[in-house]
Amino acid sequence: MSCVKGGFWSFAVAAVVTLFLLDVVGFAKAKNFEDVRCKCICPPYRNISGHIYNRNVSQKDCNCLHVVEPMPVPGHDVEAYCLLCECKYEERSSNTIKVTIIIYLSVVGALLLYMLFLLLVDPLIRKHDPYTQPLHNEEDSEEMHPQVDNAQARGNTVLERVEGAQQRWKKQVQEQRKTVFDRHKMLS
Amino acid sequence: MEAEGVSSATPTEEMNGAGNLMDFLDEPFPDVGTYEDFHTIDWLREKSRDTDRHRKITSKSKESMWELIKSLLDAWSGWVVMLLIGLLSGTLAGVIDLAVDWMTDLKEGVCLSAFWYSHEQCCWTSNETTFDDRDKCPQWQKWAELMTGHAEGAGAYVLNYFLYVLWALLFSFLAVSLVRVFAPYACGSGIPEIKTILSGFIIRGYLGKWTLLIKTVTLVLAVSSGLSLGKEGPLVHVACCCGNLFCSLFSKYSKNEGKRREVLSAAAAAGVSVAFGAPIGGVLFSLEEVSYYFPLKTLWRSFFAALVAAFTLRSINPFGNSRLVLFYVEYHTPWYMAELVPFILLGVFGGLWGTLFIRANIAWCRRRKTTQLGKYPVLEVIAVTGITAVLAFPNPYTRRSTSELISELFNDCGALESSQLCDYINNPNMSRPVDDIPDRPAGPGVYNALWQLALALVFKIVITIFTFGMKIPSGLFIPSMAVGAIAGRIVGIAVEQMAYHHHDWIIFKNWCRPGADCVTPGLYAMVGAAACLGGVTRMTVSLVVIMFELTGGLEYIVPLMAAAVTSKWVADAFGKEGIYESHIQLNGYPYLDVRDEFTHRTLATDVMRPRRNDPPLAVLTQDSTTVEDVETLIKDTDYNGFPVVVSRESERLIGFVQRRDLTLAIKNARQKQDGVVSSSVVYFTEDAPQLPASNPQPLKLRRILNLSPFTVTDHTPMETVVDIFRKLGLRQCLVTRSGRLLGIITKKDVLRHMAQMMNQDPESIMFN
Repeated sequence: MSCVKGGFWSFAVAAVVTLFLLDVVGFAKAKNFEDVRCKCICPPYRNISGHIYNRNVSQKDCNCLHVVEPMPVPGHDVEAYCLLCECKYEERSSNTIKVTIIIYLSVVGALLLYMLFLLLVDPLIRKHDPYTQPLHNEEDSEEMHPQVDNAQARGNTVLERVEGAQQRWKKQVQEQRKTVFDRHKMLS
Repeated sequence: MEAEGVSSATPTEEMNGAGNLMDFLDEPFPDVGTYEDFHTIDWLREKSRDTDRHRKITSKSKESMWELIKSLLDAWSGWVVMLLIGLLSGTLAGVIDLAVDWMTDLKEGVCLSAFWYSHEQCCWTSNETTFDDRDKCPQWQKWAELMTGHAEGAGAYVLNYFLYVLWALLFSFLAVSLVRVFAPYACGSGIPEIKTILSGFIIRGYLGKWTLLIKTVTLVLAVSSGLSLGKEGPLVHVACCCGNLFCSLFSKYSKNEGKRREVLSAAAAAGVSVAFGAPIGGVLFSLEEVSYYFPLKTLWRSFFAALVAAFTLRSINPFGNSRLVLFYVEYHTPWYMAELVPFILLGVFGGLWGTLFIRANIAWCRRRKTTQLGKYPVLEVIAVTGITAVLAFPNPYTRRSTSELISELFNDCGALESSQLCDYINNPNMSRPVDDIPDRPAGPGVYNALWQLALALVFKIVITIFTFGMKIPSGLFIPSMAVGAIAGRIVGIAVEQMAYHHHDWIIFKNWCRPGADCVTPGLYAMVGAAACLGGVTRMTVSLVVIMFELTGGLEYIVPLMAAAVTSKWVADAFGKEGIYESHIQLNGYPYLDVRDEFTHRTLATDVMRPRRNDPPLAVLTQDSTTVEDVETLIKDTDYNGFPVVVSRESERLIGFVQRRDLTLAIKNARQKQDGVVSSSVVYFTEDAPQLPASNPQPLKLRRILNLSPFTVTDHTPMETVVDIFRKLGLRQCLVTRSGRLLGIITKKDVLRHMAQMMNQDPESIMFN
């Protein structure tokens, strides 16, 4: 059982890592046009108020002369004006942001649904078969040995296996909850 | 391919014969040499097991090409694990950074053009931003603006205020309920527990997959709820969970708890590396603060893991500034000798803050542990979040995320800064280059900011004490640094203004002529942050390295060192332990600190069991005990191991056998081996004893016997015994007198003895 689960986890992790690497590599090459900016901040000068210029140019063109358009001062004053401006070239990956936020939200959503299921629906389903539940608890009450668990978990169908794994996991969490929240043995 | 093959070779399959590919350990039944939950490991045994394994692989590798390839893969697996840890922890840190950025801003408003953008990202390409209002653009709308259409006015303020509190409550409620339902071990900072685990304690599930998932998810929620907590400590835990996850891919690490801890030490380094963007600082942090056993090999591996993690995070570029942290600073203005005085004063402040924080937080946590308060973890989180949000919103310095606050405090005021802190009065007829701005008089904005910062300081100091230790993931690096940065910035501005207004004073005369740029308030903020962090955690070397990696400037090492050392001195004067050690002590984890000294004059015979009036030591004999005797002994006692002697009369020691191994071996033999019944004789010698033919078949258990248990004589001073336990990582040590077995000292006995000597309750130590 644990090998099925372990395989699943390592697969999931590998998937996440690959996705990100692909994402990062892929979009580092083909930069979206809104992913690059050169931002120049020019302070007030004589009677011209301060202004922010924002343009999509390459890194080597990121200076006041290329970005500030239209130039608010006459030709001979350009140099003095540009000396005051501060230009910064910045990059981002809007796709990474989008993908990350959407993945994050879906993980939180899935966890919330599962939590609601465990808290609301599961007890209702469990009520219908009162025989299995207490038996289960007595069988592996205190001394849980892996052999017993594995023998138990080696059900015939995938569903049974998943069920067994879920039961074992629930027991572990319950144990943890007792340690942390009830007995205050750890992490207080 | 190879990794997958190894990963599926779990003990069960080996038992069924499917995993015979990796079955070189010569262990006929599974789980021998593993430990139970809340037990301590025997470092010596783990080391010798690894040596055996290694020898076996080396001798096998000469047999065939395939074995040679396998041995090469085995040698490389350590580096592969490091690579994987670096990749995953870097990725997770990037996810956390991006999600926190977005969710923090979600409390205030939403981006209409694309909901997944934070405020800054939303206005990133906007051309509507103006010089006076730099972060305003039509795409980003505050909640009140979106709902009522009015951006200004009292009604909008109240509505925004209300929604800010509501979102904060929602986030923290989600965080605490996810932790409660799925992974209770995901709460807290995690560093005390990881320290304990690395010192050789087993906490099953603490570094599990669910803990990893839930800690990552809830960390985002907890940080974005605006509570006074940081992500750095939990990131170390997350990285260690990654380490544990990848350990299970390689039997070399999954089956040897000692080797696994080497990987975890390196993972901790990767965690700090991504948390602060400081790879070298991370390695040193692991060495100075977290690790227990740190050989050179681990140092190199940590270095590699930290490098990969930092590189991964850098390629995700979560902050859009090509840096690994939000509060990276770039200034290279020099500092002057006289400034060491305020730096040292900041160090004193840091030490005092550390002492105050540790005392108050431990007192509060003890109250939580022992009184009714601990029964309402969800309510506690909700209440603290509510108070934090209600008090934080009116003050602009507490409303934003703590990282942003630190970033602003660290910043030097350039000519074009728009923040209130940089509202200096400029001399209009001075034409100047952008870089080098002389000291200027403070404008009304700065004085205003000082008041708000002072209030923020008090608020942060109080609320952090109550926040750290709640049942959500919470680190204290960021809040500590914020406290220090606020104090430092206030001091910095004070010194700057003093230097400007009184540059004829004797101290300023030499280094601060009018029109010169001589005081950088941002540097004071940085020194203050280092001092406060040092006072709380008692780090020195790694702290300074982390700070100077943040700044990228070598010229500030001396100020940072001065502050770190002063704060350590001041804090140590009030109490030896840092916050992590205090929490270890509060929870009674069996942690044998390498740093404190044992100076009492007691002897091994005073500590060993059995005591004077106790029943004699439970022992096994080498060839006259029956299976039934052993089973009764296991049932009647709860000792974790039994010494094996030649005979009860002579009591000469042969070896030591672990309880768990004994149970498993007998159970296994009863199931698998024919002829083993209750009256079978158990023998630990090389050859079977001479028995009458009518006796049932004897059971040989020499394989599980440890033939080289550590022994001391009864007059060994405890000072030496404690040292042996610390340096060798023993689990137990047998006491003999002229070759005869007298008693046993376990790690628990040592810890209890030490607690007793320090006038603490020896029963508080958690141990099985």
